[in-house]
Amino acid sequence: MKLEFEMDTYKSEIKPTWCPGCGDFAVLRALQMSIHALQLEPWNILVVSGIGCSSNLPHFLSTYGFHAIHGRALPVAEGAKLANPDLQVIVTGGDGDGYGIGVGHFIHAMRRNFDITYLVMNNQIYGLTTGQASPTSEKGMKTKSTPIEGVIENPVDPISLALASGATYVARAFSGDVKGMAELVKNGIQHHGFSLIDCMSPCVTYNKVNTYDFFRERVYDLQKENHDTSDMKAAFAKAIEWPFVARDRIPLGLFYRNENVPTYEDLEPALKKGSPVRQPLGVEDPDELLSEFL
Amino acid sequence: MAKRDLVFRIGGAAGDGVSSTAESFAKISARSGMHTWTYSSYQSVIRGGHVWTQIRGGLDPVLSHGVDPDVVVCLNQQTMDVHQGQVSEGGAIVYDVDGTKPDPSKVRGNVRLLGIPLRKKAQSLSPNALMRNTVALGAAVRLFDLDFRHVESAFKDIWGDKKPEVVQQNIAAAKLGATAVEEMGGSLNLGLAYPNEPKYLMTGNEAICLGALAAGVKFLAQYPMTPASSILHWMALHGPPHGVVVKQVEDELAAMNMAVGAGFAGVRSMTATSGGGFSLMVEAIGQAGMTETPLVAILVQRSGPSTGLPTKTEQGDLNLALGAGQGDWPRAILAPRNPEECFRLTAQAFNLAEIYQTPIILISDLYLGEGYRTVEKPDFNVPIVRGMSAANGAEVKDFKRYLLTESGVSPRAIPGMKGYQFVAATDEHMENSELISDVLAGIPEYVAERNRMHEKRMRKLDGLRKDTPPPELWGPEDADLTLIHWGSTWGAAHEAIQNVEARGIRVNSLEFPTLFPFHTEATLGLLKNVKQSLAIEGNYTGQFTRLLRAETGYKPDHFFGKYDGEPFTWRDISDKIMEAVA
Repeated sequence: MKLEFEMDTYKSEIKPTWCPGCGDFAVLRALQMSIHALQLEPWNILVVSGIGCSSNLPHFLSTYGFHAIHGRALPVAEGAKLANPDLQVIVTGGDGDGYGIGVGHFIHAMRRNFDITYLVMNNQIYGLTTGQASPTSEKGMKTKSTPIEGVIENPVDPISLALASGATYVARAFSGDVKGMAELVKNGIQHHGFSLIDCMSPCVTYNKVNTYDFFRERVYDLQKENHDTSDMKAAFAKAIEWPFVARDRIPLGLFYRNENVPTYEDLEPALKKGSPVRQPLGVEDPDELLSEFL
Repeated sequence: MAKRDLVFRIGGAAGDGVSSTAESFAKISARSGMHTWTYSSYQSVIRGGHVWTQIRGGLDPVLSHGVDPDVVVCLNQQTMDVHQGQVSEGGAIVYDVDGTKPDPSKVRGNVRLLGIPLRKKAQSLSPNALMRNTVALGAAVRLFDLDFRHVESAFKDIWGDKKPEVVQQNIAAAKLGATAVEEMGGSLNLGLAYPNEPKYLMTGNEAICLGALAAGVKFLAQYPMTPASSILHWMALHGPPHGVVVKQVEDELAAMNMAVGAGFAGVRSMTATSGGGFSLMVEAIGQAGMTETPLVAILVQRSGPSTGLPTKTEQGDLNLALGAGQGDWPRAILAPRNPEECFRLTAQAFNLAEIYQTPIILISDLYLGEGYRTVEKPDFNVPIVRGMSAANGAEVKDFKRYLLTESGVSPRAIPGMKGYQFVAATDEHMENSELISDVLAGIPEYVAERNRMHEKRMRKLDGLRKDTPPPELWGPEDADLTLIHWGSTWGAAHEAIQNVEARGIRVNSLEFPTLFPFHTEATLGLLKNVKQSLAIEGNYTGQFTRLLRAETGYKPDHFFGKYDGEPFTWRDISDKIMEAVA
């Protein structure tokens, strides 16, 4: 069967500006593979990003995009989704953008369970600002902003945070396995609700600790270990394996999925009339509206 | 001269029912056909403290909440202590004889002291003593000779059909108050012939909501903050049935960013806040300027700096609105003077936002936003102009979302339109939205490109200047003094002019419904015949006065800045006029 959209349909003419070997190439590829597999119409996809190396991603796609300010991709995406729920809204960004400056929006977007897919390119370092500690930098890691003792804060654990905040699809992927990542992204896009795919995406320039090899030596596939993705307790137990319990095993794959939670869009009363962007403007019966003022 | 207006004031502690009683009285006044204007002085406390509301009704249009009341209801001793000396001669003070005491030495001549056992009378109907404010309301209605049927209709509005027994009890309580006045000498005999034709009564904030609905708003994201919260409350109830998504969000950063997302996706989108929240929105509103995303931002000012006086009024956020966001980006700042203009300018702001694809700021304040005023019936038949759209349908090759044009406005596409996909970027970009910032900045060709793109955006100011309402000069052209002001100062300024006119002083008024882009040519034209001027602003530094000077070189002769949290009264302004012309 001939597909309507070839893989190249989803690529823009702009070539990525990432460093050679950057994990973000794999995330871009996985996203392209996912929307290609789903044969989504590029004009009905909106990819919103924040600021950081990874947030340049929308420019490399042929979809609609909004390259927002630092940390605010999620609320921009939520506003767009509410204005036009028919859009496939995908948010991309980095760990600094989503788990640092934007962490408040991250929590609230998840508790609302918007039908939005969020890909975080987590490299555990600030790349574009040339190598400061990030909210997911491991304790003890020396960076430009922590040159003496290394990081003395505990890292944010996005998986536990997502589970606790009400995300209904929570997964971790690794740029060393594009196919596995694409599968998780594709399922996340199809999921009816908020999906987080935390993508371990090594920074080959500024993070010499959490490298491809670091992950290759430690990752394992949750789905090969009979993990029950409907069991939130089991998901929490797996989530805290890394970085809190141990450093030698890092679970990849789907931690948790719940299809039975209504999305924000399902419950929002104004959307019962359909997509707001398609509604007529103005008020049909102003006199009725004005009667309370008389 | 026969009296043409009434002024009623009620005060007590927060939780005494002052605001609900005042709201009822305002409704009664408006339904009596009186032009009505209210001002509530309250504090940042839920119980206790000292709150009061003043309501003025006039047979002729009223321009402010007035000064000295004819009747004051004192629900506690503090109210008595603060207000007893302000009651007009021939007026009355209503108080609970059990627990409240007037000081006759502080009261003006001929003021009746009506000690009524408010609590006991209320308790005679129900153990619920809260109705003592209703007893007092009934007394006031009788003192002013207002028609009692408006009391009944106001109560029905408040409690509705759901609690008919509460309505009946309150009507009975009000009648007890009226009877008590009857037994103590009857009404004030002000001789006001009430037309009893109902008038529309609303706050500036409500007028903004109505203007937004008339213009077809489909999205409001907001975080609660006095004095903008009533916009959220009204829209949360009335928006969804009209297809408006109304969302209380986690903070003002989210509010502005969501409004940007919704505007980008193609709906008419807005947010509302006060100065503190607007401070948080600053980066995101600049994002809308850069990505050329339409939205309307409502800034209802309160007293600053920082948390300031949260329940008090000020005009101290003009600099904030003018300077919001890093770098230059085109914006318009509209300043409504009254609820009618809140309605009209809000509707116009949505058109301007979409025509010029940039944020429009509507700057109001607590006095205008929260005060009730009678208004002419709002005309919902407002023009709706949605601006330049890339034609929907046929696929276009190499669509340029940021096409360089003479007007600075480029054809707009919204997500879902086939073939027009583009990326809106907060980085500097080219016509096709490819970034200049990352690998091209500094290369001579792109240095020029950056200039072209920046100048394209900024050219929108020329169009905005043409399409926004120009400054207005009110009153005689050959006046001895010109008042210069903006926003809610309008009413008190006009009333002060009327007041000094009676004393033979000719004053006119130069006012600015548009604060930015500045209408320099028009302003210079209107300033030509100004002999002497007095600038009036609710802030310390004269934020508008400085803008006026920067844009025209004109420096007003006198400046009256007020920053005590209270609104201007006509008396404040007429006193300054007399000083200026002395």
